[in-house]
Amino acid sequence: MNLLLVAPILIPLVAAVLSMLLRTSQRAQQSIAVIGGMGMLTSAISLLDAAADGSIQVLRLGDWPAPFGIVLVVDLFSALMLLLTAVIGLAVIVYSLAAIDLPRRRFGYFPLVHVLLMGVSGAFLTGDLFNLFVWFEVMLIASFVLLVLGGEQKQLQGAVKYVTLNLLASAMFLIGTGLLYGKTGTLNLASLAMLSGTDAENAALNVSAVLFLASFGIKAAVFPFFFWLPDSYHVPPVPVTALFSGLLTKVGIYALMRTFSMVFVHDTDFTRPLFVVLAAMTMITGVIGAVAQGEMRRLLSFHIVSQIGYALIGLAVFTPLALSGAIYFTLHVAIAKTALFLVAGYVLAVRGDTTLKNIGGLLRSAPLLTALFLLAAISLAGLPPFSGFFAKFALVKAGLDAGEFLLAAVALAVGVLTLFSMMKIWNEVFWKDDPNAPAGDASEASASSAAAARITPLTSSARLLYILPLACLVLLTVIMGIAAQGVFEWTDAAARQLLEPEQYIRAVLGGPQ
Amino acid sequence: MSSVILRIAARSLTPLLSLASLFLLLRGHNAPGGGFIGGLLAASAIAFYAMALGPAPARRWLRIVPRTLLAVGLLVALSAGLPALIAGRPFLTGMWWHPELPFIGSLPLGTPLWFDLGVYLAVIGFVLTIFFALVEAEGEGG
Amino acid sequence: MQLLLAILSGVLFAAGVFLILRRSLMRLVLGLIFIGHAANLVIFTAGGLKGAAPAIVAEGARQLEQPYADPLPQALILTAIVISFGLFAFFLVLIKRTYQASGLDDLDELDGRKG
Repeated sequence: MNLLLVAPILIPLVAAVLSMLLRTSQRAQQSIAVIGGMGMLTSAISLLDAAADGSIQVLRLGDWPAPFGIVLVVDLFSALMLLLTAVIGLAVIVYSLAAIDLPRRRFGYFPLVHVLLMGVSGAFLTGDLFNLFVWFEVMLIASFVLLVLGGEQKQLQGAVKYVTLNLLASAMFLIGTGLLYGKTGTLNLASLAMLSGTDAENAALNVSAVLFLASFGIKAAVFPFFFWLPDSYHVPPVPVTALFSGLLTKVGIYALMRTFSMVFVHDTDFTRPLFVVLAAMTMITGVIGAVAQGEMRRLLSFHIVSQIGYALIGLAVFTPLALSGAIYFTLHVAIAKTALFLVAGYVLAVRGDTTLKNIGGLLRSAPLLTALFLLAAISLAGLPPFSGFFAKFALVKAGLDAGEFLLAAVALAVGVLTLFSMMKIWNEVFWKDDPNAPAGDASEASASSAAAARITPLTSSARLLYILPLACLVLLTVIMGIAAQGVFEWTDAAARQLLEPEQYIRAVLGGPQ
Repeated sequence: MSSVILRIAARSLTPLLSLASLFLLLRGHNAPGGGFIGGLLAASAIAFYAMALGPAPARRWLRIVPRTLLAVGLLVALSAGLPALIAGRPFLTGMWWHPELPFIGSLPLGTPLWFDLGVYLAVIGFVLTIFFALVEAEGEGG
Repeated sequence: MQLLLAILSGVLFAAGVFLILRRSLMRLVLGLIFIGHAANLVIFTAGGLKGAAPAIVAEGARQLEQPYADPLPQALILTAIVISFGLFAFFLVLIKRTYQASGLDDLDELDGRKG
């Protein structure tokens, strides 16, 4: 049990170090990457298994007692997010075996992915605010290097914005942490949760709260801090974007949900209306940006922003159902969105372009891919019976129950626009004929054969490496829809643990486990 | 950077600075010093050498690729957590060992020192990776 | 002392923000470094300033003697400095590469907005 809590950090660290040492051997790097990913998945499943009965696992690093040392805590929310990390990590690693070119791999693509996964897992595991900062930075430095890996000029330009914004966010995080420590004398989440109920002086805490909100908001790409994301996410190779979209913004959301449901609950009259506005504006600006885009990866990047807004509904409505829905939504959207980016990667690999008006006809030339895209897109848009439907249903219902009619209406309208932009991709990429096919010849057979000829031939093993992780993710979103009842039992329990932190406090501060 | 004085100074100062960095590393448990600051000093010693004589001789002087050093350092720091696991304590718990040595007496050795050694190597590796990337026109990058 | 440090971090912030708002890449880095230092000063000041001994148990003693300074803010700042050192080292390499690739030190021109 003891070792199990550090496993999601240790496994990627060991994998990163080993593949750094063995960087001359591609074969070794690839097997380490896959084994490491599988190891993470195993550890995440066992952690979820341990947390599923509602118990909270605690590990005091270095055996220092709780409010002074660093604790690693796994409650149901953390366990679910860790599982998500491991699933997306493994899927992207397998996909990368085919989709990442040799120079990038030589430079150390796989070690960096491991370091990134380590940072994300650490952020989900830690029970200490400053330690959260440290894991954020671990994750960030890996993401910086992944973003510029390859050194193309547009990558460098995208990276400058990304790095600047994230460094600013880190500075704000630090200031918020410093002020919070000055006010409360502790940074342990459990101690803070205990204090937050009793503290009457709100002004100083609110300053920290707003600083945290801005810092996590930048990282999660919340309105009005979203602009860096579409500007930088489409520049790196697709597996990197898929990894970022699946995990990085979700860490921001996780941090927001964790702190604003456990620590900054002293003044919900102040924070809740703030989140209502932020959630609505994030949803609207994101989806409007997406509708206007003519390039697949940029379009999907704007959708990330829009979906962050949905996840914020959990904090805006702030009822157990809303938080549970938000957690479910975060899991759903990370999986569906990563799947969609992987589709974009496949399109880029076979057509060399993802600009909507330049490509077409994939329905005929890649029917399996089309089917997978359709499932993921419908799930994202929120049609039953996929996971997106249940996630949005829970969020909208929670909004209506709490009397936030406007927010619920916005969520529904944005859902329609999401569907519209997904249909745009469908029409342009898959349905319409390939615009590069010879136009004079009207006979369909020759047009399609010309389209088929334009497909860069992928070897069958590369095809398998592209399709397999994609299919697994799509399967997962289908399963999450079919087994929504079971998943909601978990997320309900996770939301309860967040809203009633007594159990968390007892697990961390009270006696030996 | 072709000053004779600088080149001569670099040749003799780099080993001295490296020695001083080891001193900082070892005294760091209870006094100011430690793996990070020691590593920085060692890295700047090699950086100084590179500035005086060029990055290629500095790489030869170092013999090991900085990124390997970084990886080994991480591995060493990581392994410092393992003795605690064998003893059934939480990961990274400080464990101590007091061997009796002739002339010195009881010498306290602990996993914190081993961890610091890992930090020392990792810092040298990291700083030099970045440094060589900055100095060499078409180097390996960050 | 507290007031002095508060004003100092305010000045650092102002300088940092001013530099970030310029278009030059190099100034952007300098501005971010200033803001990072200001953040560290804020932690230091907020953690409470007292002229007290470091929190190290004296040779032979069993526990700390009062008054001692709270070591945690210092530990936080040290960690933050180490991390920002790594990040800024990377950022410097990044802007050097950007400059080499484009020959530009101007954020607007990098974006293709001349003027």
